[in-house]
Amino acid sequence: MELDTHTAEASVEGAPKGPPPAVMVRGVIKSFGTGDTKVTVLKGIDLDVRMGELLLLVGESGGGKTTLLSVIAGILDIDEGQLDVLGVPLPHLPGGKKTKFRGQTMGFIFQQFNLLPTLTAVENVAVPLLIHGTPKKEALHRARTMLETVGLGDRTEFVPAKLSGGQQQRVAIARALVSEPRLLICDEPTAALDGENGQKIMAILRDVGRSPERAVIVVTHDSRIFRFGDRIAELTDGRIVSVRGVPKTPPGELTGPTVGGGAPSASTESPS
Amino acid sequence: MSYVALKMLFGDRAKYLMLLCGLTFCVMLIVQQGSIFWGLMIWSQSGISNLNAPIWVTDPNISQVAEVKPIASTTVERVRSVPGVEWAVPLYRGVGRARLANGEYHQITLMGLDASTLIGRPGHMQEGRIEDLRTPDAVVVDQWAVERMGGPEAIKVGTIFEINDKKARVVGIAHVQKDFQNIPSVYATFERATTYAPPERRLLSYVLAKARDNEPVEAVTRRIAEQTGLGAFTQEEFGWKTILWVLKNTGIGINFGTTILLGFIVGMAIAGQTFYLFTVENLKQFGALKAMGASTFALARMIILQAFTVGLIGFGVGIGLATLFGTLAASRGQLPFSETWPLLWLVFGSLLAICIFSATISIIKLAKLEPAIVFR
Repeated sequence: MELDTHTAEASVEGAPKGPPPAVMVRGVIKSFGTGDTKVTVLKGIDLDVRMGELLLLVGESGGGKTTLLSVIAGILDIDEGQLDVLGVPLPHLPGGKKTKFRGQTMGFIFQQFNLLPTLTAVENVAVPLLIHGTPKKEALHRARTMLETVGLGDRTEFVPAKLSGGQQQRVAIARALVSEPRLLICDEPTAALDGENGQKIMAILRDVGRSPERAVIVVTHDSRIFRFGDRIAELTDGRIVSVRGVPKTPPGELTGPTVGGGAPSASTESPS
Repeated sequence: MSYVALKMLFGDRAKYLMLLCGLTFCVMLIVQQGSIFWGLMIWSQSGISNLNAPIWVTDPNISQVAEVKPIASTTVERVRSVPGVEWAVPLYRGVGRARLANGEYHQITLMGLDASTLIGRPGHMQEGRIEDLRTPDAVVVDQWAVERMGGPEAIKVGTIFEINDKKARVVGIAHVQKDFQNIPSVYATFERATTYAPPERRLLSYVLAKARDNEPVEAVTRRIAEQTGLGAFTQEEFGWKTILWVLKNTGIGINFGTTILLGFIVGMAIAGQTFYLFTVENLKQFGALKAMGASTFALARMIILQAFTVGLIGFGVGIGLATLFGTLAASRGQLPFSETWPLLWLVFGSLLAICIFSATISIIKLAKLEPAIVFR
């Protein structure tokens, strides 16, 4: 069993031996509200996400996973700390440039797919390209190719309502990947799917989404998909409590309890 | 992104149709009511436009064409002596009663034209010749007289009736613009008309005049007023004077204005609310577009394109329906309906205001939208 154990602390303190991390989070604090109603959701997060890896971000509901994801995506601004995404200090970018940077470098997969209901599958996939000014004909061609890659070559002209949940999420994956992002951000991509479809989606993410030039962050509650990750970072009460490697076992052998109900069956090391 | 915006708009058929119906209703209502209003205003000054005289000389205190205030019979010569006047002729206008052979009475507007020139004659004759007015007892009636006084069987060329116990013989039927009060007109020569009229000290109602070709009509009109001390107006001025009198004294402007305003408000409310709902229900999708890198400006452009596309389609359909209504309902001249370019531009401006309002409230919502909504 190959084991890759890292703690957030170790990543921070260890000298960088390879390429810079895709995402570097240092002491990030994020609060909502003011005065008596102020709630600090992220309480000093340290985390690295490497190029080429698929990091699973797990933890209890309300622990700050979605907020951390929004912060990494540049959708929410941080209060304190350092946040570098693909080597760019994201908090220092002005709003418009941040939006542009996000569009050019990141892909998103959402829990509820968020496909445009009146657009066909191929048109939905083409949307990120159209946003960035790719000519419609070229955008649709690239979208069609991407749909074939995720196994939906025969569903290109279907509107989302005519597709199953699994097929809709595959369209969403194709949409996230079509602009060849270097950071893929997935928010509970299997939550709206049954177990079998969830496994298929993760297999597609692992096979199609991963590449040496891309990092993938997946927020999930679903322990059945842990085996698809390289590392698992557990976020509880606004803090990273552990970052652990996932043993490389043959698919189907590794299952574990749902996050929050106990630790997955992998070696762990808590940050000091 | 225009492609995506239009697909979003047309793809949600229920909302698109509701939006379209709201805007179409608004446009149709404003155009229809506006056209009827303007048609009525045209009718109100048909007593001027039907005579087609460039200059009208009147009593100085005249209010409108139907409110006749007789002037001295010497006025014709005084007007003729004003420099720049090419010709001036007398006109009688009065209210009379026609008694038909069957004993029925009908109120009429009696018009007396200068016998030698017949200036002020109707522009188009349906039957007969206007020149036959010069024959004994001859009168010409308009098509509304035929309609209101018993139909073609009762009033036709050759029919004889009485005005103030004096014989009148129909020698022709004229086709003229309907009168605001819906009273039929009977044309005779000036001299004969004064015999039909009740005895009065003054029987000259108006003097119709024309400026010489090289003289500006406005300047000659002012000169006539200065030199005679009477009222003098160009045809357009007298028409507007009459329209303003009707607006001021009948409340018709307030009635139609209220309807038009209501149409505008209802259209704005329907379109604004539907469009806002359309945006709110697509908020997550817009959030996803923002997360994927679409700027607020790009989304605003999408909203504006959607608003103006449906607005223009609603404008076209609304105008079409209103025109169809006008063509069908007003084809026989029974309903005043005048669809004019200024009205269409006004409606277009109103529609733009509705579209801008609808788009603005949606854009404000989108500007405040946090793309983080997609992660919830």
